[in-house]
Amino acid sequence: MKRILIIGATSAIAEATARLFAARGDSLVLAGRDAQQLNRIAEDLKIRGAASAQALELDVNDFGRHETVIQQATDQLGGLDIALIAHGTLGNQADCEKDFSLALKELNTNAISVMSLLTVLANRMQAQNSGQLAVIGSVAGDRGRPSNYVYGTAKAAVATFCEGLRARLYSHNVNVLLIKPGFVDTPMTAAFKKGPLWAKPDLIAKLIVRALDRRLAMIYTPSFWALIMLIIRSIPRPIFVRLKL
Amino acid sequence: MKLHGWGRYPVVDAQLMHVQREASALQLLQQARSGQQILTPRGLGRSYGDSSIGDHVIDFSLQNRFIAFDAKQGLLECEAGTSLRDILTVFIPKGWFLPVTPGTQFVTVGGAIASDVHGKNHHLDGSFSQYIESFRILTGNGEILECSASQHPDLFRASCGGMGLTGLILTARLKLRPITSSDILCRSIRAENLEQLVALFEQHATSPYSVAWIDCLKGGAHLGRSILMLGEHAKDGPLQVASDNALTVPKLFPGELLNPFTISAFNMLYYHRSPKTMAAQRMSYRPYFYPLDSLNDWNRMYGRKGFVQYQFMIPKASGASSMRKIIEAIAASGKGSFLAVLKTFGPGNGNDLSFPGEGWTLALDFRYDDGVLELLDRLDEMVLDAGGRIYLTKDARLKAHSFRRAYPHWETFEATRARYGAHGRFASAQSQRLGLL
Repeated sequence: MKRILIIGATSAIAEATARLFAARGDSLVLAGRDAQQLNRIAEDLKIRGAASAQALELDVNDFGRHETVIQQATDQLGGLDIALIAHGTLGNQADCEKDFSLALKELNTNAISVMSLLTVLANRMQAQNSGQLAVIGSVAGDRGRPSNYVYGTAKAAVATFCEGLRARLYSHNVNVLLIKPGFVDTPMTAAFKKGPLWAKPDLIAKLIVRALDRRLAMIYTPSFWALIMLIIRSIPRPIFVRLKL
Repeated sequence: MKLHGWGRYPVVDAQLMHVQREASALQLLQQARSGQQILTPRGLGRSYGDSSIGDHVIDFSLQNRFIAFDAKQGLLECEAGTSLRDILTVFIPKGWFLPVTPGTQFVTVGGAIASDVHGKNHHLDGSFSQYIESFRILTGNGEILECSASQHPDLFRASCGGMGLTGLILTARLKLRPITSSDILCRSIRAENLEQLVALFEQHATSPYSVAWIDCLKGGAHLGRSILMLGEHAKDGPLQVASDNALTVPKLFPGELLNPFTISAFNMLYYHRSPKTMAAQRMSYRPYFYPLDSLNDWNRMYGRKGFVQYQFMIPKASGASSMRKIIEAIAASGKGSFLAVLKTFGPGNGNDLSFPGEGWTLALDFRYDDGVLELLDRLDEMVLDAGGRIYLTKDARLKAHSFRRAYPHWETFEATRARYGAHGRFASAQSQRLGLL
């Protein structure tokens, strides 16, 4: 039985992942803003086999509460084996271009809050010499594209942060897993037209759990995105700058 | 986006909205009221025709959480988008099974209520809604009502089998069936014609599950050539969830591969492969109840134009002779498919639009092709003249006047919808075709 904290637990990918943990009999604390929804998810996870499941209200942009909430979660679980950071917003790029305060909000939610949470979690796991941190990044962080570079910037920052943190914690037996999903059919992407590259949250969840079991450092989900992003990363700048991606 | 039912015919251009939490259902309803939108609820889109498509479709398949389980009574409360597969996966290991199940696990509880689905045990156990203790429904007036046989019974009777036209079902309480094994003991018996089959059904009326696969291309002396498959839950054995292994039909499967020649060849092989009688054979619940779930996207087999499934019932009082005439007409047309299924129904329930009623039911597919709609119109007349009905969950083409003949309680249904504010708020491509408000 693993003791697992999930931040942003109402997200579709997080919930699908939590169900897999529950089916294995793990203990879960679910953090997020919508307490009512978190409680409903917690009840569901208990019926699905979770040893325990509790809701914890948290607005990730309330940085001052990170320490307290993580302490609370650890107390409730009686320790901490895995933390999955899954919260995020997909802001409107055009609005962010007009008004930087909107871009700042996006960056806070998708990058700065993640770094703050990771710092608190990393220090605890370093001290206990065990644990795994899993963070949901995105293929959007691999290259800055005009269509969503604010979101991409946040995800790129998180990726670099994770890389450094992974190396720092390596000798302390703590793994940092960065998950880079491609297009996933979730409420966050409801406005998009779906095509053959789109994956369901259930599949992403399976891949996340498998990567945690294998203590991997980084995965693209589904894995064909590794190839797509390899190509996108190798497009020379003089060409890339002319592409309307 | 382009949206269709399981039969891939017809296709409409729809705006699809997802509900992931109850609050968003309320919000969407409010938006619809201010924007004069008409909403169509949808689960996993397994109804065959146009009952879950419309201009503004609300997808409930992510609204799929268990809420509470009373292990003493086997009473499960869950959100309406919970799939039957999800229920089986979690509750089989605990010793519980669905009280009634259709031929696929990939339907939601909300959809099963709205279609009042039946299974291979209808002759003894009735249909799905008879195991619904209560449900909560969001009406067109914006109220959330708890509905059961005793609370708002009119809305309960209209919603069970009501094709999602009375409101948005949010949660439901469902009574599960205790089992001691996930295995099924299955017995197949061959019948050379319809009369033999009817006699066999009667002889095995106490068998918990029964269904017959029937060859609808055979006429004459062999009309109704079939295999009766009986089943019961094993008393001992594992409580094991079947794996989801499945093959997938490719996207561009040429529908022409299914033609009268290949289908009759398949039917002949299938019939002669099965021994004349067979001792009970033990198998997992999945191949018995859900043989087609092991073929992902099997609806693509009929090619790009899609298909229509036709299911009707003939009351017992009209006798097997009406069934014989209809099968003769299908055999003569040469258009029937190899997926034809016949079974007996027990007494119906008092719901306004529930399909089952005491008698026989036959279901089969027709590849969407020239002449099919005309053939089905002719079959409608024969079914209605025999006092029968056509199953709305499978329907994509029934005419409004035939609907009214088949479902004489449609006026009660409309009156109830009016009382609960459903008119002008909830509809589907199907309900509009059937002339419902």
